[in-house]
Amino acid sequence: MIEVKNINKSFENKLVLNGVTFTFQAGKTNLIIGASGSGKTTLIKCMVGLHQPDQGVVNFDGRDFHVLHSKEKRLLRQEIGMLFQGGALFDYMTVGENIMFPLTMFSDASEEEKIERANFCLQRVNLFNAFHLYPSELSGGMMKRVAIARAISMNPKYLFCDEPNSGLDPKTAVIIDNLIQEITQEYNITTVVNTHDMNSVMQIGDNIAFVHQGVLSWSGSKDSIMKSDNKELNDFVFASELFKKLRS
Amino acid sequence: MFLTLRHIGRYFSMLSQVFSRPEKGNVYWKKIVYEMHHIGLNSLAIVSIISIFMGAVVAIQTGLQLESPFIPKYLIGYATRESLILEFSPTMIALILAGKVGSSIASEIGTMRVTEQIDALEIMGINSKAFIIQPKIIAAVLFFPFLVIISMSIGMVGGYLAGVFGGLVSHNDFMYGLNYWFEPFYILYALVKTIFFAFVISSISGYFGYFTEGGALDVGKSSTKAVVYSSIVILIINFTLTQLMLA
Repeated sequence: MIEVKNINKSFENKLVLNGVTFTFQAGKTNLIIGASGSGKTTLIKCMVGLHQPDQGVVNFDGRDFHVLHSKEKRLLRQEIGMLFQGGALFDYMTVGENIMFPLTMFSDASEEEKIERANFCLQRVNLFNAFHLYPSELSGGMMKRVAIARAISMNPKYLFCDEPNSGLDPKTAVIIDNLIQEITQEYNITTVVNTHDMNSVMQIGDNIAFVHQGVLSWSGSKDSIMKSDNKELNDFVFASELFKKLRS
Repeated sequence: MFLTLRHIGRYFSMLSQVFSRPEKGNVYWKKIVYEMHHIGLNSLAIVSIISIFMGAVVAIQTGLQLESPFIPKYLIGYATRESLILEFSPTMIALILAGKVGSSIASEIGTMRVTEQIDALEIMGINSKAFIIQPKIIAAVLFFPFLVIISMSIGMVGGYLAGVFGGLVSHNDFMYGLNYWFEPFYILYALVKTIFFAFVISSISGYFGYFTEGGALDVGKSSTKAVVYSSIVILIINFTLTQLMLA
């Protein structure tokens, strides 16, 4: 479980997050949704320590991330897996090397064990015969799957996904969404997904936080989102013709 | 002024993290070997081409200055050797490497930054500054002196070819000049300079690459800044070390 309490963050006097408080539950796919520029990515970066919040607390199962010593922070970070928007795979490494990289850095596993684990992770994301390929040889969907495989290679307790569906076709996006949800439930991970894709929201949104102009404006589940009377949320959810038709 | 001080402060703060203890020594060692190949061996061709022409031009220009029959021709070989060892090989090659290697380091690290690869390292709990920049600095400091020694040797070959086959000096005179009044300390001076230059090129380029903000355009800007600042610092260090070691 991850708790964020009263998070404030500003850049050059511009307040981007204003008093965000929310609990991300273990074993569930927690979604942060909102329009572009609403502060979703800043919130997720504050949670994983890429930004230092001006104020507030980020608790990973009772451990306040931002007051930990650097060594403790590093240890906690080894429990975190992250899927970046563009994959963030290391260009100069093959797919297999990318997945084995965290194991190489933080475990004493033998080469055979690492290869075995990398192959297992690749199979888990339904990628076969990709071990020796370089990131430049992969499609967008394959890159995302490799990034998921790398994120789960160390059996993380917390999985963060920054816009996992951006740039993917609807079919591949559904595959990635399903994969994230399956992995979350299978390993009882606290997963936090940052998205503005309403299809993802309706498919995997167990616990949703809607951020509007840096403020947590609404929270609930995918079942309650369609019935909400929150104006900002409705403007966001029913922006597309498809969802307008669904409502009517 | 404030911006310059901010850069200097951030640069030294970065260096303190770059030289922290590696997470896994054997991974770093493999990276150092890779970087030696990438930034060292891959520069051998350009260093050789520049050196042979540099040596040739020095020999020709020296030859043209020595028209008086009272000045011995072996001075062509002597001047070629001294110019190459003292200044041309260490400094000029460093400036060339600031362009080639510096821009390559800055753009490589800058691209890692804008494609979130550095963030990925940080989230894994890896000291990204040390992991990315430290092997490049060590590789440059270890390998650049070899490049400079090769440059000196090839430069002298270039001087010989231009001087002897251009009819400016005889084989015996040139060889005599090359061996005349040789001061081994000058080699040490050149290598000390080279080690400083290697550190400057790799660390300043690493700095500008690491702190790239924005997109592809900003990677280009970081790369340019890396070359410009490295070149300026090389010239300042060249002056300072010359003053300290030779004056």
